[in-house]
This record gives sequence, structure tokens and C-alpha cells, in this order.
Amino acid sequence: MKEVLEVSDLWIKYYTLSGVVHAVSGASFQLGKGEMVAVVGESGSGKSTLGYALLNMVPKPGKIVRGQVLLDGVDILKLGPEELRRIRGSKVSMIFQDPFTTLDPLRKLGTQFEEFLIEHGVERAKARAMVKEFLVAVGLPERAMHSYPHQLSGGQKQRVSIAMAVALNPVVMVADEPTTALDVIVQRQIMDLIDDIRKRVGTSVVLITHDLALALERADTIMVMYGGYVMERADKKRLLANMIHPYTKALFESLPRMSQKRMPKFLPGYPPDLRNPPSGCIFHPRCAFAQEKCRSVAPVLNEIARNHFVACHLAGGEQ
Amino acid sequence: MSTILELNSVVMDFEIGVFGRKKRVRAVDHVSLKILEGEIYGLVGESGSGKSTLGKVSLRLYKPVKGKVIYKGNDITKMPERTLRPLRSEMQLIPQDPYGAINPVQTIGEAVAEPLITHYRIDKSEAMERVYKSLEEVGLIPVEDFVKRRPRELSGGQLQRAVIARTMILRPKYVVADEPTSNLDASIRTSIIQLLLEFKRKHNQAILFITHDIVLLSLVANRIGVMYLAQLIEEGHVESIVKDPLHPYTKALLSAIPLVSEEMGLEKVYLRGEIGDPANPPRGCRLHPRCPFMLEKCSKEEPPLVEVEGSRFVKCWLYFK
Amino acid sequence: MKLEIVKSPYFLAGLTIISIFILMALLADVISPYSPVEGVGPPLQPPSPRYLVGTDNLGRDMLSRIIHGSRIMLTIVMIAVCLSGMVGTIIGLISGYVGGVLDRILSFVMDSIYAFPPLILAIALSVALGPSPLNAAIAIAVVYIPTYFRMVRGQVLSIKNELFIEMARALGIPSTRIVLRHILPHLTQTLMVVFSMNSADAILTEAALSFMGLTVQPPTPDWGFDLYKGRGFILAGAWWMLVFPGIMITLLALGFALISEGVSKSASRG
Repeated sequence: MKEVLEVSDLWIKYYTLSGVVHAVSGASFQLGKGEMVAVVGESGSGKSTLGYALLNMVPKPGKIVRGQVLLDGVDILKLGPEELRRIRGSKVSMIFQDPFTTLDPLRKLGTQFEEFLIEHGVERAKARAMVKEFLVAVGLPERAMHSYPHQLSGGQKQRVSIAMAVALNPVVMVADEPTTALDVIVQRQIMDLIDDIRKRVGTSVVLITHDLALALERADTIMVMYGGYVMERADKKRLLANMIHPYTKALFESLPRMSQKRMPKFLPGYPPDLRNPPSGCIFHPRCAFAQEKCRSVAPVLNEIARNHFVACHLAGGEQ
Repeated sequence: MSTILELNSVVMDFEIGVFGRKKRVRAVDHVSLKILEGEIYGLVGESGSGKSTLGKVSLRLYKPVKGKVIYKGNDITKMPERTLRPLRSEMQLIPQDPYGAINPVQTIGEAVAEPLITHYRIDKSEAMERVYKSLEEVGLIPVEDFVKRRPRELSGGQLQRAVIARTMILRPKYVVADEPTSNLDASIRTSIIQLLLEFKRKHNQAILFITHDIVLLSLVANRIGVMYLAQLIEEGHVESIVKDPLHPYTKALLSAIPLVSEEMGLEKVYLRGEIGDPANPPRGCRLHPRCPFMLEKCSKEEPPLVEVEGSRFVKCWLYFK
Repeated sequence: MKLEIVKSPYFLAGLTIISIFILMALLADVISPYSPVEGVGPPLQPPSPRYLVGTDNLGRDMLSRIIHGSRIMLTIVMIAVCLSGMVGTIIGLISGYVGGVLDRILSFVMDSIYAFPPLILAIALSVALGPSPLNAAIAIAVVYIPTYFRMVRGQVLSIKNELFIEMARALGIPSTRIVLRHILPHLTQTLMVVFSMNSADAILTEAALSFMGLTVQPPTPDWGFDLYKGRGFILAGAWWMLVFPGIMITLLALGFALISEGVSKSASRG
């Protein structure tokens, strides 16, 4: 199956006044049609930066210093600003934790949506019809087009974001913590909506989240990031059966589980300072199994089983 | 074990809006519950359910429009503030947001000492000894250092500890913890919860633990009450609620959390739409527009809260015999 | 924050001006070349090396009159501002915190006073109380009480809803302590701005009242009254009788306005 999205060896750095932040170090993954990959990590793991890179939208002072992002075979990192403007929203789109980022509070939803479509070359009459069609498709009443963002609930606003993000039938939609700010039952509704879109239209989704449980429930492939590096990447079933990387295991242990009557255990310590990262394996300062080698040599992502990659010396992650 | 706090058919209304456009919102609609000495009662609900308001009514920070608030047998519903003040040392609040809870112009030492100074009329130096002990208890060490700092110099977790120190210095018997860890990083939540549990154990406190996180409650609470749109719709011991939820809303809540329903082998229940407008709730059963098990009766009449098997209560026509 | 104010050029300039005037008032007897109330030379003399600011129509040295005039001006204004500040703040605190019917009544009263054109009200009160420096101070105070009231009340209303106030109530801390220790400290910066703005206004109001003879009786030196006198002699060409008292009034008001600007600028930054 031809992959719709291929990310190879992506390195992203922020050139700030207080130093160079190594935000993403060598991330790679592939995504097939209709699949969902979950990029899981704590804050500072580089997951959001990676998300922006998929639209070639890494904010200044960030810079993609190496790597490729092949969207349907085209490396979007090599495209000019005019081409990028055309593909953003139409070939690859993004939704955010706070829908306010995409919605203008001063204009009616219908108007904003229409203008967005018109800017991408849809003619006015068709745009109007599409707006109605998509709002209903995401579960909103038609009259929502006449409302302003503040009149809608968080869940409804997110539905509008999703409608706009899929209206032009993009191959990939990047969802950055789309449900974190919502109530639990609405979270499920939004995730169900995203799954529905995947099945019906075949849109591939990159889900960025800190919630490993959500990732395990919904995604086909899971990629665990820490300090800008990929720690482990595997398809969901394989990961559930066999978590290898100590960080992945720690993340899993930190999930509160009803079945085990105990408070979750959290990893002691703090995420690394990416301006001055530790030598060797980025996780070694917090790793219970760190050895001499881990402190000096950074492990590479190694395929230890079919479709199961781990970056850890203890799992044979040697160059 | 005796009841330390009782809410009897409590109603709380708020007026929102400006001038011509005022709306009356009923945040708490005839809720009754009893909290026993030394127990942890978990109150769960989504935003807009009225759980925070209920917590504050139970501390008489709001005067309910109807119903009674009874603390240790005393009816405090309409008690004048002056008479209530000494009792307040026994009933305390841990708020959700540690950042606003301490006056930014105070030092941590001053803030933690203040309840002692006002309730026991001791002077500052005597109070300081107890303040030092209190800060040590919550893990804000070195104590001499933290005493002089101001709220803005502390992290979220440290601030919450300071707030807890201030609250616990009065040795309250009833504590309302209103989403005490929701604004904190996931990695420090456990330590804060464990701190609260420590105090509860040492001083045999009753806690009303308010949260949207039912999984957390399953790990700490003795009994759980579920709120939806200002009403208490299910109540029971934590194991039975979590293993066998009765109300469709409770079932939906458990179904919605990733991995939980598979883990517990629960029936999956989905709700349509979103929580209604608290200013204009649906007629009859408030969940009916969203409920997959809706009967005709549900849209017309509000179901009563009935007892099902010992000490399990549900507000749903499906269980009314 | 407190240190930042001192760095503001506006604040420093204003403070310098005010300090000079205060020194002038305190050392008036020492630095005046002549007595302000006795004629010491020929009348209506233009500024000269002997009479640096000239003489008035009764032959009194204008410079000495101007130096001594600062005393009356500063005394009346200070009394007025302190009075209105204290009364306005206390009423504002109580009204804002207690709320309810009391708040509505007090707000109504204060709004009524506020609605009155301030100068006319000051004049009316002054006349009603009888012309005297103290009564002028009281009149000016009354006119500005609503300004403090509104500002304090407004801030109290917004701070009242802060979480730490709710926590204080939950901890059983008595209302008086909450108001004095938890609310009032947050008002200091705004109070400083209002205080200085108020002073600038009060100076101009005092000048107006003096102009109408409602404060001091002759021969007491007073800038406003001297201004009034000066009008009559403009046609005689005695511009110095008008210009210098006018400059003094303006400068002193400017000094306070600069302080107010300095504090409010650092408040918005800090």
C-alpha cells in the first residue's frame, strides 16, 4: 500500500536568545490511507513541533534543519510559500486543542467557513452548499452557520474545526490534542467523529496527545516521543502485548487504572532541558535501567520485530 | 459512624446576565445527601453539573435558596456569620486553582498563620511555631525558606501544598476538595492526593472530593454521588457503582473513558448531543433527549430518586418499580 | 514595583517640583526678601533687581507674596485631599464590600454629588459654609469624595470575587480583617494615582475659590486672590501681577499631574 505520508529523519531546532533548542531529533514514520498514528509524549517531547512540521508551519525561531516530509509523494519541505498556502487546508489540515485558534470570534461561522472554501478556489454557490453539508455531517444543526463562535459549546466549536479541516478532502489531518479541553463524554463523541471520517472518506490522521490510553484505544500505530527523540514505535496490538522501552512502560504505569486498586506511579525527575540535553540516550537520567553505554552513546531506532521499533541499548538499539 | 454533614433537599439559584437580560440558573436542584464522619464521598460530574456549587453550599459559602445544611447536627442554613465563624475552623475548602487561593501580597508564612491568628487569638511568634510544623507536614522544605516566599515564587504543586497547609492548620473535620489536582501536572497529582489522604487518615477527616475524573474516585472514595445538570442522579458505594453502574449517564461516563469499559467488562452506552442549558433544562428526566433508553414517561415526568438494593440510589424511570 | 516608580522620569520630575514648593512653604519666612503683607516700595513696579517680581498695587513685594502664597495653597489642598481621600476610601470600602441596600443608597448619593459640576459645587458649598480657608478645604473635600468612593468601590467589587477572598471567608476570617488586610493593600497603587490627580485638581479649584474671594481675606497672600487683583491692573500694564501667580498655580498643578502620570505608567507596566 502506498503511504500517504512519509516522514524521514526529521530534525527541528529553535534558535532562541537563550540557546538552541533541539526540539525534534530524527523522527521518522509512515502513514497509510485511512490510518491513524498517535504521537504520544509529555510536554517538551517535541510532538507539537512535529505536528507543525507536517504542514511546514514550524513557528519562528524554529527551523527544520534536516529531513523530508513526503505528502502523497511530494516533499512539502521543498515547496514555495504560494504552493504551501494552497495545500494547507486542502491537502493537509490541522485542528487544535483550542478551536479558537482557527475560529474568528467576530464573524459568523457560516461566513468564515465559506470564505475559507472560496480562498481555496471553490465558487461561492458551491461553497455555501458545502458549508451546510459539512456542518450537518459533523453533527451540527444547519442554523449553526448563523452563530458566532462564543455561542457554541467547546464540543460544537471543535466539530466546526473538524468540518473545516476535512471539507476539501485532505489526505492527512493533524489533530493536536483535540479533546483535552473537553468533557469526557464529548471527548468520546469527537473521537468517534474522527474515526467515522477516517472510515468513510479515508482521511489519514496524525493524533498528537499526552494520553497514552487514548492512543491505545484509537490509533493503528503509536509513536512514543521523549525529549525530541522517538523512543518506541509500533502498531497498537504489538505495543499492547509487548512494551519494550522503559519510558513507554513508565508512561503506561502512570495511567490510573480502575482494575488495579492503586494510585498511578509517576516517573520521578523532570523532562530534559533541550538547550543542553544529556549526553548519550536522552532518557538515561530518569531511566531505572541506565548503564554506562546509555550515558555516552545515543541509541538508534531499531526494528526488533515486525513493525516494532525501539531506541534503547537494552533492546539492541546499537548502531 | 455518625453523619458529619447533611444536605437536605438543597436548592441553589444564581442570576446571570446584565440588566434587562437576567436569567435565573438553578445550579443545584433539590439535592440531598449525607456524609459520614471519616468517609471520602466522591462527587462526580461534568462541567455545568453543579458539583462545585454544591460543595460550597455544604460549607455555607453560599446560602441555599431552599433546603437545609446540617453540620454535626446543627442547622447552619441560616446561621448568622458571627455564630458560624467558630464552626468554620472545622469545615474547610481546598480549591481547584492554587494560583488565586493565596493573596499575592502575603508571604506563605503569613498566609498559613492567618487562620490561627484569627481563630485562636494567639500572637504571631507562637503561631509561627505551628506554621513551621505545618509546612514541614506538607513537604515544603526548607521551611525557613518557604515561609518568606510569595505565592508567585512557587510552582503549582508547591502552592497547592501551601494551601493545604493553611487549611489543615485548623485541623478541620470536614474538607471539601474541589478538583484539587485538575490544574496541576499529571505527574504531581498523585503526591498531592496522597498528602490529602495522609491528613484524612491522621485526623479522621471526612472529605467531599469533587472531580470530573471518576477513575480517580474509584481509587480513593468510599461512596460516589453522580451529578447531572444540577441533580444527584446516582449514589452508592464505589465498588458497586464502578462494577455495576445503573443510571444511563453513569454508564455513558464510564464508557467514555479510554480503556476503562473494556477493562471492567461494562456495557457500552453512548449519549447523543451535549449537556443541556442549565438555565433551561429539559422537561421530565434531564437526560432524556440524549438517552438511548428513553421511555415516553421520561420526557414528561421527572423520576424520583429511589433506593435500589441497600444504599444504592438511582434517579431513573428504568428502575422505578 | 515600588522601586520602578522611582525610576520613572515623570514621577521624579513631579516629585522635584512638589518638593521645591513644599520647601518654599516651609522656609517662607526665611527666604522671603520682604514681608508679604506690608507695603515696602512704590506700587506697581515692574520686576527689577530690588523687587524681582515687581510690586502690587499696594506696594507689596510680589515675590514675597508668591512665596508665602504657597503656604495657604498647600495647606488647604492637603487638608482637602486627605479629608476626601480618607472619607471617600472608607465609605467606598464599606459600600463595595457590604453591598446590598446600603451600597445602593451610598452609590446614589455619591453619584448625585459627582454629577454636579465640581467648581460650581465647591463655590456653592464655600459660600454656604462661609468664606474661610478651612471651609474652602471642606468644600473641596466634599466635591472629591465621590471620586475616591467610585474608584475604591469599583476595585473592591472586582477583588471581592477573587478566589483568595472566598478562601479567607471559608477560613472564617472576619470581614474587617478581610477588607483591611486583603483588599486595601491592592488599592494602594490606584489610590496614589487618584491622590495625585486629585491634588492637581484641588489646586485649580482652590485657585478658583480664592479668585472669588472665598478663601482668604486680604492681606493674606494667596495666588488665586492675587490673580483676581491682577486682572484689574492689566490695563495699567502690570502684567507681573497676573503672570507670576498664574505660573505658580500651573507649576504646582503640573507637579502633581506628573506624579500621577509617573505612578499610573509604572502601574500599567508593573
